[in-house]
Amino acid sequence: MNSTAPLTVGEHPHASFPEGVELDCGVTLAPVDIAYCTYGRLSPQKDNAILICHAFTGDQYVAETHPLTGKPGWWGRMVGPGKPIDTNRFFVICSNVLGGCMGSTGPRSVRTDGQGAPGEQWGTAFPPITIRDMVRAQHKLVRGLGIERLFAVVGGSMGGMQVLEWAVSYPQMMLAVMPIATAPFHSAQNIAFNEVGRQAIIADPDWRGGRYWEAGVVPARGLAVARMMAHITYLSEEALTRKLGRRMRRGPAGGQGPEGPVSTFGDIFEVESYLRYQGSSFVRRFDANSYLSITRAMDWFDIAADHDGELTPAFSGTAVRFCVVSFSSDWLFPTSAARTLARALNRAAANVSFVEIETDKGHDAFLLEEPDFDRTVRGFLCGVAEHAGLF
Amino acid sequence: MRLDQRLIADMIEPRTRVLDIGSGDGTLIGHLYRERGCDARGIELNMELVTRSVAHGLPVVHGDADHDLAYYPDHSFDYVVLQRTLQAVERPREVLRQMLRIGRYAIVSFPNFGHWQLRLRLLLGGCMPMTAVWHTPWYETPNIHPCTIRDFLELCRKDGYIVEKWMAVDEEGERAPWRRSIRLANLFGEQALFLLRRR
Repeated sequence: MNSTAPLTVGEHPHASFPEGVELDCGVTLAPVDIAYCTYGRLSPQKDNAILICHAFTGDQYVAETHPLTGKPGWWGRMVGPGKPIDTNRFFVICSNVLGGCMGSTGPRSVRTDGQGAPGEQWGTAFPPITIRDMVRAQHKLVRGLGIERLFAVVGGSMGGMQVLEWAVSYPQMMLAVMPIATAPFHSAQNIAFNEVGRQAIIADPDWRGGRYWEAGVVPARGLAVARMMAHITYLSEEALTRKLGRRMRRGPAGGQGPEGPVSTFGDIFEVESYLRYQGSSFVRRFDANSYLSITRAMDWFDIAADHDGELTPAFSGTAVRFCVVSFSSDWLFPTSAARTLARALNRAAANVSFVEIETDKGHDAFLLEEPDFDRTVRGFLCGVAEHAGLF
Repeated sequence: MRLDQRLIADMIEPRTRVLDIGSGDGTLIGHLYRERGCDARGIELNMELVTRSVAHGLPVVHGDADHDLAYYPDHSFDYVVLQRTLQAVERPREVLRQMLRIGRYAIVSFPNFGHWQLRLRLLLGGCMPMTAVWHTPWYETPNIHPCTIRDFLELCRKDGYIVEKWMAVDEEGERAPWRRSIRLANLFGEQALFLLRRR
């Protein structure tokens, strides 16, 4: 939260599409850059590619040190040689979502609609995007890599929404999908959480109507508060209690606040300190306008709404193999949402597996150490490979 | 694989669509998929077994016979299998109806409450009988709808299901010798196995 310097924009490996992407809102965004990483080798038959879709604040750096934060890849424990998504066998692709801020075209890119000052950023003028628009951009990337059909599309949380959108929009383009810790629509409660985050950003004086870059600042406090609030929803009460409980830590002034020896906020709870850290490290890597754009895309996500309010027709006749995974303590994307999806898939006579992993780690469990989950991912992918006669 | 599972597998034509309700660790669907080329899928209530099955590459969903069959479309499978579970479901008649709505054939096995040991123990002891097959006391048993082979045949007649095949099986799953006489099968068969179809 102390950092108010603007983000440094590095060069990220990317593909450029001069023809752009036609968005759901009717606007054609052109050109479009999609930043991506790949791991493993594409087979000569080009039949071993797995597309990984990242979650809301994730990015393409799945299994390597992040160039900006220096932290290990966000799914390094799942993706790599000998890992459940084994890069000795599979060619793994992950791209930064459209609207993101890690090299793909987003609100921080230079405006291409001919409006504004030359070289000006899109900012809040960036056209509204949807999960389907993100998937359209990924589809361009995959085709651009010469891949006709993916082996699988895998992703958790917002990544899971993209996975479902892939299965609905391009059912011929993959053998299998793994929607993890996700839902076929964004719930009212989740829209509510997103709105609190957005309001925190907009209320920050440094947001400056979305044109914060002009003053060389970022709405760091608002963005940090948004992140802190969201982070609570990624955990569970049990996990918070186990990790941090009611433990206190000495305040910077040794228990003394600014008002003197006895202070309301002298000492702080570990949980407060933890959230502040989460908030402050986030603002260094994430753009506020991307936060607004992407949360809105999630809010609009509702597969049934695009199919006359029914989920099943969206998947009717699909030959894709589904593996739906939920986590018992996830209250952001609860098992009930996964069950709704699994039942709709059953109605569509789809080949579906549905597993709820027992854990107290909440929504974030899909990023953490969960041996049952690892076994599920590995086993499902192996099963599909066996069925397809791949290995 | 248990012997009675082998008997079930033998009833199923290769390369057909099979739904196994209560698929356990996935032994039967794994066998049908790998040895018979079937599109075999499972429903299982025990999450540990679901995870184990999926980790072995088998398509299994978490669910149960009473609550999840309604979500499958008509005629979506050739065979729907229910092993040793009919007596433990909430609404056995409805489960059977759903099975024969979803599948062309239903394969049902259940422990036979008409076995002579049960009859004798109830007659002589006056208490709920306990045997190797019926081994939990009445206050703890999940078996809320026990029936005999005769009872089951009567339900099939009432609901218009055609019995394609039936056999009595002992606890180890070995096929018992009473093939012609329902009377004898009902007296000596520990388990019963039925292949049904819609009229």
